[in-house]
Amino acid sequence: MEILMAFLIGILFMTATYLMLSKSLLRIIIGTGLLSHGAHLLLLTMGGLKRGAAPLLGEHAPSYADPLPQALILTAIVISFGVTAFFLVVAYRAYQELGTDNMDHLRGKEGHE
Amino acid sequence: MSLLHLAVLSPLLLAILIPFLHKYFKNIHTGWFLLPLPAVLFAYFLQFISTTSHGGTVMETVAWISSLGINFTLKVDGLGLLFALLITGIGALVVLYSIYYLNPDKEKLNTFYVYLLLFMGAMLGVVLSDNLIVLYTFWELTSFSSFLLIGYWNHRERSRYGAQKSMLITVFGGLSMLGGILMLYIITGTFSISETIQMSNEVVNHPLFTATLILFLLGAFTKSAQFPFHIWLPDAMEAPTPVSAYLHSATMVKAGIYLVARMTPVFAHSGTWVWLVAGVGVLTLFWGSFSAVKQTDLKAILAFSTVSQLGMIMSLLGAGAAALHYGTIEDGYYIVAVTAAVFHLINHATFKGSLFMVTGIIDHETGTRDIRKLGGLMNFMPITFTLAIIGTFSMAGIPPFNGFLSKEMFFTGMLRVAEMDFFNMDTWGILFPIIAWSASVFTFLYSMMYVFKTFTGKYQPEKLEKKPHEAPIGMLISPVILASLVIIFGIFPNVLSHNIISPAMGSILPSLLENGEGFDVHISHWHGPTAELFMTIGVIAFGLLLYKFMPKWAGIYSKLPSRMSFNRFYDRGLELLELTSKNITKSYMTGFIRTYLVYIFSFFILALASTLIFKNAFQLDLSDVAPIRFFEVVLVLIMAVSAITILFAKSRLTSIILLGAVGYTVALFFVLFRAPDLALTQLVIETVSVALFLLAFYHLPQIRRNEERIRFRATNALISIAVGAIVTMIALSAHSNKTFGSISEYYVENTYKKAGGENMVNVILVDFRGFDTMFEIAVLGIAALGIFAMIKLRLTRGRELDENK
Repeated sequence: MEILMAFLIGILFMTATYLMLSKSLLRIIIGTGLLSHGAHLLLLTMGGLKRGAAPLLGEHAPSYADPLPQALILTAIVISFGVTAFFLVVAYRAYQELGTDNMDHLRGKEGHE
Repeated sequence: MSLLHLAVLSPLLLAILIPFLHKYFKNIHTGWFLLPLPAVLFAYFLQFISTTSHGGTVMETVAWISSLGINFTLKVDGLGLLFALLITGIGALVVLYSIYYLNPDKEKLNTFYVYLLLFMGAMLGVVLSDNLIVLYTFWELTSFSSFLLIGYWNHRERSRYGAQKSMLITVFGGLSMLGGILMLYIITGTFSISETIQMSNEVVNHPLFTATLILFLLGAFTKSAQFPFHIWLPDAMEAPTPVSAYLHSATMVKAGIYLVARMTPVFAHSGTWVWLVAGVGVLTLFWGSFSAVKQTDLKAILAFSTVSQLGMIMSLLGAGAAALHYGTIEDGYYIVAVTAAVFHLINHATFKGSLFMVTGIIDHETGTRDIRKLGGLMNFMPITFTLAIIGTFSMAGIPPFNGFLSKEMFFTGMLRVAEMDFFNMDTWGILFPIIAWSASVFTFLYSMMYVFKTFTGKYQPEKLEKKPHEAPIGMLISPVILASLVIIFGIFPNVLSHNIISPAMGSILPSLLENGEGFDVHISHWHGPTAELFMTIGVIAFGLLLYKFMPKWAGIYSKLPSRMSFNRFYDRGLELLELTSKNITKSYMTGFIRTYLVYIFSFFILALASTLIFKNAFQLDLSDVAPIRFFEVVLVLIMAVSAITILFAKSRLTSIILLGAVGYTVALFFVLFRAPDLALTQLVIETVSVALFLLAFYHLPQIRRNEERIRFRATNALISIAVGAIVTMIALSAHSNKTFGSISEYYVENTYKKAGGENMVNVILVDFRGFDTMFEIAVLGIAALGIFAMIKLRLTRGRELDENK
């Protein structure tokens, strides 16, 4: 399973990178979203998959899944949501002001720093 | 913190108060608040003479960074005291002069005096520190404050240019010196100058010796405007004249001299030192005096003259260093050069200081400093004229002024260089007295030009901005004091010899002295018909001849190729540097975010791939894997396919829905991998995210079809595939390569015991790593504020746009 996940994560990173390199602002944002999904799964896979029960003491299991990556991922999910939301509003503003979402057009003018 | 420390830091402390004094006492010229400080400091330092004249020193230490051997150690010995007296003494006179020179209604006095105090404190720190790092710190502070002072009239283009030039050159030297200091530390293991001097034998025999020596000399030569670094000094004349009088005659440019004198006991045992210091000094002496003759600006004449005189002192120090090698105290054969160096140092400060002030007076009262416009001022300003005569005649080496005495001793020193039979001096040594003599002829020449072209000749009122008249009494006090010193030192030179010169020499040549001994210095006017006397007579005769026939030979100056000058070299170098760095920056800072992302990803790929390869980190271990079930494969496929489909999605709506699909699949994975909290969070967040995306999509204006078209780009694809591959490899290696056990056992055991919770993930978040979570909330809060502000911003801006219509 870990091997399979490793490849899946690779695919997620690949698509995310490709999207982030594109010109459309929206695609860049989608790319960052995919990137965070990939990163979350990577964290989880690194900790090992399906070892023991869910990390709840109430389960009274002999072993539990590693709680630490889960805690990290939980933080990361929330943060990436905040970032995505912020990005979206920035993109939205860029549309409002400039009427384009093409990164090449958004570039500052020559000598206009 | 001793009184001595307080004395050194007092200018810096007063500098803090100056802006307030300036603000609350508008009617009083700010300079009056300053004046007592250097005067009191001068009196304070005078007390040390009784100690140093018997070879004693005073040392005070305040611990600073003791673990690195850096302590704020101050040491007053003969040499340091001499400089401290110059700095405070000339400082007091310059402040007094500046009160009358600077108009309080037109100039920003508060900044001027803050810079001046900053400089004064820095200078005192340089000459009194016994720790090389502390010395370096103050050294750079002098460069820095000098930059501010030169650029004081920052609305003038030339001021800014001069300030930048002096800064670049002196800071270059300062950094070289820092390198030298560190190398010296490698050799000796101490930053203390006193201890380094004790270890001079080890220093000389160390393989790093020559490099250290050259780095130190770079520092000294740039600061003291030695050839070919002299080019900054003439441009620094853009500073207000009191600044030039202070920094560029008496103090800052002498910091390099100080450094050479201070380090003589460490380095001077080698021939390289003697050759470099004496050689560069003599070259500077000649070039400075030769260039001074062609100047037409009074201040430029003095600037080149300062360059030349500094070269003279430098060459004397170099020649005198030979005493450490051969001479003994009894014969005093080479020691006379050191005596001359110290004596001339004092003399130069007196006559050059007064001449700068005279120049300031002329500039102030006539509105110009151009000798082509000036002339016949003798009748208008008799006192100034007298002062100028005293200053220039002393500079030219005419008796009975002090310059004559040191010039004679200078000739003696140079003649003895020619007689040296070591350091390969026997072949080339004869050049020293020849160059020295011809430089003295030019010195005589420009001195005469200075005084006679300004004060005698035809009076040209039509070329002057104002009607010239004698300066106010306040402006005359300082130059009068300095000029009287010129005469006093000229007639009674031995008032200085025992108290000042001899202790200073003791610091330069300590190894020649037994305990408690001192140099027996006696300066006399008449030595009989010696070679020196004939040289002086020759200088005067030949100088007069050249002055008389000046128009006949002055053409040689125009023959010198201006393209080859060092100034041009500096300017072109600076231009080239700016152009190249601009082009390099422009070549990679394209302004396209994609380019920057490409850099980041490429670096990421290179760094990680090379680590994986060179550290042999990639491993694949299939033995310990979780089993795969059928529906898991299905989920994996769903996710992979939706992710890849996004790449080809033509409409935005499709991409958003596909992103949602990926997110929900991730949530399902969380369920499978025993992470219920994650699954719940992911579900909620994904739902909100998709809603947000759709909301944004709803608001986005329609975009023409052709812009939606997605073109395939090979570089992007290549980079993406590489990133994906690297991440996969890392994931595989991370799984296969467990070098140590998980630290999470601690949480499993202590979740209930220490935090009283059963859900480990929650307990970690809110308890064990509570701060993390708190800051996370803060981040969300900031993001929320940002979003709110962005949306609000639209409204205000939109209204503005409407108004503009």
